[in-house]
Amino acid sequence: MIKKESVPLSDMINDETGGPVFVLRLFITGASPNSTRAISNLKKICEEHLKNQYDLEIIDVYQQPLTAEHEQLIALPLLIKKAPGMEKRLIGDMSNKQKVLKGLGIE
Amino acid sequence: MSQNKKKKSTNNHSSLPKTPTGILGLDEITGGGLPTGRPTLVAGAAGCGKTLMSLEFLVKGALEYKEPGVFVAFEEQAAELAVNVASLGFDLHQLQKDNMIRLDQVHIEKSEIEETGEYNLDGLFIRMGYAIDSIGAKRVVVDTIENLFSGLNNQAILRAELRRLFHWLKEKKVTAIITAERGDGILTRQGLEEYISDCVILLDHRIINQISTRRLRVVKYRGSFHGTNEYPFLIDDDGISVLPVTSLTLEKEVSTGRISSGIPALDQMIGGRGFFKGSSILISGAAGTGKTSLAAYFANQTCNDGKKCIYFAFEESPNQIVRNMKSINIDLDKHIKKGLLQIHASRPTLYGLEMHLVSIYKLIRSLKPEVVILDPITNLVTVGSVGEVKAMLIRLTDFLQDEQITVMFTALTLNTSVTEQTDESISSLVDTWILVRDIEFNGERNRGMYIMKSRGMKHSNQVREFIITDKGLDLVEVYLGPEGVLTGSAREAQKVKEQTGRVLHDYAITAKDREVNRKRKVLEAKISSLQTEFESVEEELNKIYLQEALKKDVMEKTRQEITRIRKGEIDSASKPQTK
Repeated sequence: MIKKESVPLSDMINDETGGPVFVLRLFITGASPNSTRAISNLKKICEEHLKNQYDLEIIDVYQQPLTAEHEQLIALPLLIKKAPGMEKRLIGDMSNKQKVLKGLGIE
Repeated sequence: MSQNKKKKSTNNHSSLPKTPTGILGLDEITGGGLPTGRPTLVAGAAGCGKTLMSLEFLVKGALEYKEPGVFVAFEEQAAELAVNVASLGFDLHQLQKDNMIRLDQVHIEKSEIEETGEYNLDGLFIRMGYAIDSIGAKRVVVDTIENLFSGLNNQAILRAELRRLFHWLKEKKVTAIITAERGDGILTRQGLEEYISDCVILLDHRIINQISTRRLRVVKYRGSFHGTNEYPFLIDDDGISVLPVTSLTLEKEVSTGRISSGIPALDQMIGGRGFFKGSSILISGAAGTGKTSLAAYFANQTCNDGKKCIYFAFEESPNQIVRNMKSINIDLDKHIKKGLLQIHASRPTLYGLEMHLVSIYKLIRSLKPEVVILDPITNLVTVGSVGEVKAMLIRLTDFLQDEQITVMFTALTLNTSVTEQTDESISSLVDTWILVRDIEFNGERNRGMYIMKSRGMKHSNQVREFIITDKGLDLVEVYLGPEGVLTGSAREAQKVKEQTGRVLHDYAITAKDREVNRKRKVLEAKISSLQTEFESVEEELNKIYLQEALKKDVMEKTRQEITRIRKGEIDSASKPQTK
């Protein structure tokens, strides 16, 4: 529904800029306050720190309940960083910028 | 909401709808099962069987009640779970294929998670909702949801979300089991009982004397009566079996039919026709008083009547019993071959009391005997406390009475005190109590038997001597002599003594008679001799008297003659004579 910029996941190779591509997936539940906050917060952070270096997919779990089991979703909103490096999960509305950056391994 | 439901149900005078768990005994304690459409909390320490109980709830639901179920596992891997329960005969794979059970394993790893702000557990809700809807589940198990607390930091959110989850489960109208770890001083570590308060079941696992017993207690059950005791339960090949200590009521069918003890004289002591069918009999006595022999006689009689009997031996092996009983002319072997008799021997320490009880239950259920013998129950004390043994025997007698099975216990009394209480103090439970005791006297031991009690029948108050010979058992009246109760050889000796006494007595009497006769004869002889003496004396006296008279006569005559001669006158001579 609010899907954006879906690019094949496997493409986690260097961009023209040389930096790693951040493959991010954000799981949200419809238009709940937490979800909308999470989207705007995350987007802001990405634009600030990862401009042109990220691939963000936003998935509405209500629309795809099966993914909830596959992706081991419990707490939402959830951001999964698939690449680079170890998979990392960030839950919450992404209002704590420091923690988001730390979680993504940017700082 | 639950409030409304309750009101409605009380208004309709219909009881709370319940979902049977299918777990042996649990439905009995809860009066029909768990509250339908509400979550139930199952709390207990690690290794108590929470997961198994909840899983059995689902499997039984699927198999027996055709209610699909969802298992949300926070702890075990789905695959591991399937393997773990396969040993209990649950084929989770097949059930999953049949869409009767759905496993959802929730994995949560704190190290992978960073909390960046407000969140909720919608992910879990969606997953569960999807799982429930996909198979139309009526039953849900959430196995140790407390794991969330270790994975997520924000307690405030978690608690609020859990509250929401339980409400949501109610709205979904699924009967749910939520498992939780036992906490210190509180029921669950995270205080989940605050949120789930319709029904709380506590599982416990205690080790006493190196033998562990699992116990279950229904702490709370809103809107329903329930057994409040701690009930032992066990996990075996067939899953969980909860054993209610007693059936909650004492309403049993009773029979007036009789069943012979195998010893006519004993039957005679209890009204002439033997024990009541379905009653419980206790034979207690010191070591070597013939308890096992009595029990074997009873078993033999039962089998001779073509009825089935199970003999649970806790001391001897089956072969030993068969051999030993041959010595008193009982052939148990032929009954075993015919399938009428089964002897099950096990050391009491082999497993806990509850396992014993369940193995007894199972055998009884499968063979359906008319008579069950437990020999001896005393040995069970080695595995449990006296109270536990008593509780177990209460349950057993209850069960047997329900099934109209006659049961005979033997018990060893360790002290020969006068109180004669059995160590298991089950004497109040049994209907007939036979006491076999030693009578030590005169350098030998003999067996005495009497009926301490026998409910509902006239029974003898006499002590009988109980004799074991190679022909079998028999009872004889003890000898009650001037020196007290005599048994054994003393009794025989006394008998002999009496007999000789009688002969001697008879002899003495005749001797006396003869003596009297003789005396009489002597006296009579004396009397006749005295008589003759008297006659001779009398004759003598008479003779003197006559002589005197004759003399006188003669003298008179002579004088008159002289006078006449002198005077020459007879007349004058006769005058002075007249003067």
